[in-house]
Amino acid sequence: MKTTQKSKRKLKLVKHLALLIAPMFFVACFNDKKEEAENAAEIPVNQEMIAELTAPPHVPTPVGTRKAKKLIVKMEILEEEGEMTDGVKYVYWTFGGSVPGSFIRTRVGDEVEFHLQNHPDNKLPHNIDLHAVTGPGGGAESSFVAPGHSKVFSFKTLNPGLYVYHCATAPVGMHIANGMYGLILVEPAGGLPKVDKEYYIMQGDFYTKGANGERGLQPFDMQKAVDEHADYVVFNGKVGALTGDNAITAKVGETVRLFVGNGGPNLVSSFHVIGEIFDKVHVEGGDMINENVQTTLIPAGGAAIVEFKVDVPGTFILVDHSIFRAFNKGALGMLKVEGEEDKKVYSGEIRDDIYLPEGPGIQTMPTTDEIVASEVPAKSFEEQMEFGKQAYMQTCFACHQGEGQGIPNAFPPLANSDYLNADVNRAIDIVLNGLTGEITVNGEKYNSVMTRQSLSSDEVANVLTYVYNSWGNNGTVVTKEMVEKVKNKK
Amino acid sequence: MKTKAFSLIIFCCVFQTFLFAQTEGMVYIEGSRYLPLYGRDSTVVEVNDFKMDVYPVTNKEFKQFVEKFPKWQKSKVIKLFADDSYLSNWKNDLELKDTENPDSPVTYVSWFAAKAYCECQGKRLPTVDEWEYVAMADETTKDARVKPSYNEKILSWYEAPRSNENLIGQTPKNIWGVYDLHGLVWEWTLDFNSVLITGESRKDVDKDSNLFCGSASVNATDLMNYAAFMRYAIRGSLKAKYAMKNLGFRCVQDVNEKK
Repeated sequence: MKTTQKSKRKLKLVKHLALLIAPMFFVACFNDKKEEAENAAEIPVNQEMIAELTAPPHVPTPVGTRKAKKLIVKMEILEEEGEMTDGVKYVYWTFGGSVPGSFIRTRVGDEVEFHLQNHPDNKLPHNIDLHAVTGPGGGAESSFVAPGHSKVFSFKTLNPGLYVYHCATAPVGMHIANGMYGLILVEPAGGLPKVDKEYYIMQGDFYTKGANGERGLQPFDMQKAVDEHADYVVFNGKVGALTGDNAITAKVGETVRLFVGNGGPNLVSSFHVIGEIFDKVHVEGGDMINENVQTTLIPAGGAAIVEFKVDVPGTFILVDHSIFRAFNKGALGMLKVEGEEDKKVYSGEIRDDIYLPEGPGIQTMPTTDEIVASEVPAKSFEEQMEFGKQAYMQTCFACHQGEGQGIPNAFPPLANSDYLNADVNRAIDIVLNGLTGEITVNGEKYNSVMTRQSLSSDEVANVLTYVYNSWGNNGTVVTKEMVEKVKNKK
Repeated sequence: MKTKAFSLIIFCCVFQTFLFAQTEGMVYIEGSRYLPLYGRDSTVVEVNDFKMDVYPVTNKEFKQFVEKFPKWQKSKVIKLFADDSYLSNWKNDLELKDTENPDSPVTYVSWFAAKAYCECQGKRLPTVDEWEYVAMADETTKDARVKPSYNEKILSWYEAPRSNENLIGQTPKNIWGVYDLHGLVWEWTLDFNSVLITGESRKDVDKDSNLFCGSASVNATDLMNYAAFMRYAIRGSLKAKYAMKNLGFRCVQDVNEKK
């Protein structure tokens, strides 16, 4: 008995001890995460990797959960002729053969070995300033390279965020204006939250000797650039880079993330997607996240990340909402979304109504002016019907509609109308003098204004005859004399 | 290497009589004072009278040079004096590639090779001040830097691709009678690295230290002379043994009388 009790107690003791000690094994895990965030310069790198560089609007694969690595980036500079818009050619200076330049995707803590290669066919020396670099010139000091040569330097990414890179060789404004800019993304540890589609967009302003649209090879205009009078403001280097067949795409229900940069050189962008609202905006590409934003500012030499879910199909236009830039200078792109409609969220056009509250006939508020008699009086019932119908279509149709059905809650019906059929003289009076106030027609209340109609007695007679002999009404024939009688009563 | 260069000069001087006289194809440049884009303490510099080649040295002329001086042939050149791109548009030691034109300016030559060529003719490479002095002229004016059209024409060349394949003498000569200082190729100068430009074009600078470029540079005398900025930039990016597709040279000669 004693032994079992002892062993039971022992067991209990061991259990308790184990429970106490076990958590200590896991403490190290918590410390790890914090340590990494505190000093990015201390993050160790693990193996080498050649960076995947992509041309816009595509981006490389997300970093996911990979560890920091030694990342080798080989960026080639090419000076080449391209097309700004139909018939307008421009010599672009590019990183990687595209404007904007290739997208570089890194993780915080990566040690980037940057090879800047200046193609031998180029005329000019170049360098690179990456805003993700902590170091003099952002790398520009160490990357100045003549054509036919390659410079290598290395930097460690210390801060997560979306950063611009650009050439910084004198004259700096000219190099940037000719297209030498791009984006480098530094993802935080663990990567950005997953989305369905990611795209790369960069706005830039261009300055040409000729006016917007002037054909031929257009040289760069330094004076216009100094004066900040842009001829073209475009996404991804040319007019139409993201429209038509080049539009970016998504499916209904997907989450879309846009990495949007602004290479400038001068203009700030008011970025907006027509028909969409940004669920999340990483303001200026940093850690601060704003939600439910319609239009976000992207500084020159800056960037932003916008995320939104597409709920309905259609074509959503990307613009710089400084609106003349969008419609007159080219700052326009397209996001084409396909999939099932959701009529609740957006119904599309429900119907097209006529809206002619007063019709083409001249109408005035109730008064007692004289009316000129019509020149051609109707000679028979048939003529009355014919003229009456014409008059009806010109004057009455707008409110009372084609079949005399009226508009619910607005204009009473004339079809099978108890109010109408009850008193013909009252009807004549209304046409001549108008009516305000509440009436009940076929059981419905109407409280509106009917203006007096500038019709001659003949025309009143004709139109009322038409109405009384249509749509199930009592078939009264109204004569000019009846109308005159009502007129003269007043 | 110094002894090698020296011995080469001696060699050239001794055999100078075998070389054809080269004062034809040159024009007389009257010296003067002017304010360059970058000067020591932004002061005026003085340029003495000298003679300058009317055209840059052509492929044809350089071929004659390497025939006479096999030391400078593509396969035999000392690696210290020329990098791997030296004469890379030549098929072999003595022949140009078929796509190249003998009357195009010679390119893919290093500073050492250009210097040796000039010295073998009793000439030398122009200094930056001399080159810029003659280059600031246009067809009608000695100092055309104030004219907007002057800058525009030059800047548009910087955008035109592959102009090194053009022939010499295609653009109008300037007031001195010199062709192709602009619009054809960059040209080596004797002291190309005397204006120090770091890769970082935007560094702030105090007046005492060496000159640094800046897009709105404190030290530049003319902020709108973007063409000159770019020439200084290209010079700053070069090392003497570099050979480049768009880089050639011409020679100048001192004149004996001094004003």
